[in-house]
Amino acid sequence: MSNPLDPHAAIVTEAAGLDQGGMLRTADGQPLAKALARSSRRARRRAFFLVLPLLAFVLLTFVLPIGQMLMRSVKNDGFSAYMPQLSAWFEANPDVTEPDDAAWAALAADLEASAKDRTIGIVGTRINYEIPGTRSLFTSAGRKARGGIEPPYREAMLDMDEEWGDPKLWGVMRQASDPYTANFYLAAMDRTRDEAGNIVLAPEEQRIYLHLFLRTFWLSLIITGTTFLLGFPIAHLLATLPMRQSNLLMILVLLPFWTSLLVRTTAWMVLLQQQGVVNDVFVWLGLIGDGQRLQMIYNQTGTIIAMTHILLPFMILPLYSVMRTINPSYVRAARSLGATSWTAFRRIYFPQTLPGLGAGALLVFILAVGYYITPALVGGSSGQLISNLIAMHMTQTLNWSMAAALAAMLLGGVLILYWVYDRLVGIDNLKLG
Amino acid sequence: MKHTLILTTALVVVAAGAQAQDKQVDLLSWGGAYGNSHVEAYAKPFEAKTGIKVNVADADNPATPIKAQVEAGNVTTDVASVEYADAVRLCDEGLLEEIDASILLPAGDGTAAADDFIPGAVTDCFVGTDVYSMVLAYDDTKFTDAKPAGPADFFDMAKFPGKRTMRKGAKFNLEFALMADGVAPDQVYELLGTPEGVDRAFAKLDTIKKDVIWWEAGAQPPQLLADGEVSMAFAFNGRIFNAAQGEGKPFKIVWDGQIYEMEGWVVPKGAPHPEAAKEFIAFSTAPEQQARAAEFISYGPPRKSAAALVGNVEGTDVPMGPNLPTFADNMKLALGSNLDFWVDHDAELQERFNAWLAAK
Repeated sequence: MSNPLDPHAAIVTEAAGLDQGGMLRTADGQPLAKALARSSRRARRRAFFLVLPLLAFVLLTFVLPIGQMLMRSVKNDGFSAYMPQLSAWFEANPDVTEPDDAAWAALAADLEASAKDRTIGIVGTRINYEIPGTRSLFTSAGRKARGGIEPPYREAMLDMDEEWGDPKLWGVMRQASDPYTANFYLAAMDRTRDEAGNIVLAPEEQRIYLHLFLRTFWLSLIITGTTFLLGFPIAHLLATLPMRQSNLLMILVLLPFWTSLLVRTTAWMVLLQQQGVVNDVFVWLGLIGDGQRLQMIYNQTGTIIAMTHILLPFMILPLYSVMRTINPSYVRAARSLGATSWTAFRRIYFPQTLPGLGAGALLVFILAVGYYITPALVGGSSGQLISNLIAMHMTQTLNWSMAAALAAMLLGGVLILYWVYDRLVGIDNLKLG
Repeated sequence: MKHTLILTTALVVVAAGAQAQDKQVDLLSWGGAYGNSHVEAYAKPFEAKTGIKVNVADADNPATPIKAQVEAGNVTTDVASVEYADAVRLCDEGLLEEIDASILLPAGDGTAAADDFIPGAVTDCFVGTDVYSMVLAYDDTKFTDAKPAGPADFFDMAKFPGKRTMRKGAKFNLEFALMADGVAPDQVYELLGTPEGVDRAFAKLDTIKKDVIWWEAGAQPPQLLADGEVSMAFAFNGRIFNAAQGEGKPFKIVWDGQIYEMEGWVVPKGAPHPEAAKEFIAFSTAPEQQARAAEFISYGPPRKSAAALVGNVEGTDVPMGPNLPTFADNMKLALGSNLDFWVDHDAELQERFNAWLAAK
């Protein structure tokens, strides 16, 4: 235990006079190192139990559901779980393209079973994602199959509907027999598979997602920019005004922040619509004629205006907290050394606000990228963001796998941007207060 | 004394609990004016007649909690009000109990229930309670000379200027566009099943695309009409009727080209009180109750014999009959929404609609 590099330990050892075989011991004779380790372990365990509820909460309400949701983007067992015999046939015959008698028999047996369990809708829905219009093929076959299908199965099935012989259908069923698929990601990138299984661009009138991803990121950038332009002077005022005035100003910033999101969005509708307040004022002032009222809402303009307003506090607050700590004597020193006010701002003041600006910009941008309710209400057709399509797939078409794939891509995009930010600015420079 | 009190209280509680076990119906409805019609016309009279308590809960769309309840194996709902399309979907996925159609009561003149309900109103898992529709509505003050009379006028910007509002979605709009393009109601879905038909519908929508404000919540169209933002709307009839009747707005409904759909009862698989649920469904779908519900909200009864029984709008002396989608005159050029078609093509057409919307 005598450590030449730790004279303090040596002194303790000497003073205690307990140097038995070079080992420190506690009063009850245990080695001190062990006792210390044990007590620190106990402390760690106690600390762990203290955060356990939080950990469980985060795990249960955040990691687990999100992980499960993301899982859906690559795993959809709607076909494989309810058509087990046919799936087994596909697995056993990886190269056979023409279904044989065993395949038809498996198909008939699976259809009968799943019609009885009323799971046929799930199977049909899964195939319908790949070939629109086939859900009813399955459900109507299920209705007929409930009475039993007689061999020969091939003829019986084709008798029900000729479409059962379609090679494309069999190709898709083969793909779906594997619960893991990348097809939802392909669709989320406006790609699809042709009959030979090659990845090709979707038909032009179905292409939408890439365009919307770009628009989402572009609009979010614009909104981040406008919140910066509007928020910076306000934050500066807040930080430099005397306490009394700055408190009043702070309340003006926070009051809308505390108002319901829907109320604020609806307020913008009242203000900006063609028969709204702003247009009325313009007409009254004679700036525009009654016939040329401006369309400021239900389009991109509306989305930008309303979201800028809603996200403004997220820019102002971090900027303000950083600006308050900036010592005014630096700028004064620069001025006294002959810098113009612009140079002093540009070279001395502004660089010191960067940590707050970074935090605010990142906050606003990430919130904007995933924003849903405001673009849904005021966005019209040109102001829709990708989140609106995720919501559509969650609630309308009930294609949760597609929603998960889109959400995962959005998450990936944000993480990449976060990484770029870290490389360019450095995440350590982030300051929220 | 004190002990006796506690004991009796406990006994009463236990007894009440036991009684509630088999003598109650947990109903899941929509809230709002529609949910109110369920309470007033179905739940209250049912309680008065049978003594079985009806607990009404509300959801944004009861189909969503039903799916969650059955999948989690914790079903707390006996009867739920869902849209037809959701009923088809939930039934196919095995989440609903089948409803025995023989429990339904015959009409007053003895007509069997099966003949009294309009076609499609009773399926394996679903019994229709009301018919609602998407209709063309306009602000009467905006058009002084000629008034809009059908779907074609909705697309005629020269004759009827002013913005329009339509639901943001493919369903209803594609059918409406085809009808406006001169397709007879009974050929709409046949045509829409072909690529040419879909192209034709989108081409028709193209002609007014720049003049349309797309609504998402049912409350938006009457508000947009009232604010003067739009001169014509394609919206749910109940909302328009409420604004016109309840708030005296100058809105008029054009019934030609209406597209109607149904809502009705379903029983989730594993419902806790199946017997009481059956009793409730039989009672509430009787012609008298259906007619009574229509007095609270302008959704038509799906039973033919109920039409004659509908009285005045609740609390007024205005007859409700002519304001219902199922009124004979209103049904002349009506289109019944084809659920099988939409279950098959919803995702595909919805995606195309979104792409169309996003394109310049």
